[in-house]
Amino acid sequence: MVIRIQEADFDLGAEIKEIRKGDLQVGAVVSFVGTVRDLNDGSQLTSMTLEHYPGMTEKALEEIADQAKSRWDIRNTLIIHRIGPMLPEDQIVLVAVTSAHRREAFAACEFIMDYLKTAAPFWKKEVTSEGGRWVDARVADEVAMARWNKS
Amino acid sequence: MKIELRFFASLREALGTSHENILIPEFVNTISDLRSHLIGRGGAWAEVLEGSKTIRCALNQEMVSESTVLQEGAEVAFFPPVTGG
Repeated sequence: MVIRIQEADFDLGAEIKEIRKGDLQVGAVVSFVGTVRDLNDGSQLTSMTLEHYPGMTEKALEEIADQAKSRWDIRNTLIIHRIGPMLPEDQIVLVAVTSAHRREAFAACEFIMDYLKTAAPFWKKEVTSEGGRWVDARVADEVAMARWNKS
Repeated sequence: MKIELRFFASLREALGTSHENILIPEFVNTISDLRSHLIGRGGAWAEVLEGSKTIRCALNQEMVSESTVLQEGAEVAFFPPVTGG
């Protein structure tokens, strides 16, 4: 399991190469990359800043990765989340999961993202032509997370 | 009882502080009590922490409900619902 909080950008290809290196049991790699959109609720976005809760963030992400590991037969998990200032089109988050078969990797990757969206202490502040504003949490994210608790 | 308060994102900005060590009176037992106690300071505190607002809290860096009982030396954080990813 690899968890990193960083200001720097990341290279998807290099990261995936690293998490599957030397593991001959891996037959599937699923990854998700979240990026900064240039339009949000109608106002033009000029930049965005991500704040987090140092210490708690790492613990929350470890807990999320542990839960995924206990639910599905997966090999390795990578979570990279950027903090600090970002621009439209920039990459924000990367979640990658390796497993023997695709089904587990797809499910675990989606679970980790849904869980991260509702439980990891990150906050986005957007800067638009009208000034700065904190992004509101979306009900859709809570709904997406709740699906996993039914089964 | 001595505790460490932390505030993040919109709460941090509205309160103008990210961090505070406080001594809380004996009748403050839970996080909910603590929130009411801070509202009692009035001004921005009353406005930001007011009961109808959805605020998340963490005790020693773990998300908890407001009914959670405080412990000596605990780190208690208040913040808005998270928006990462």
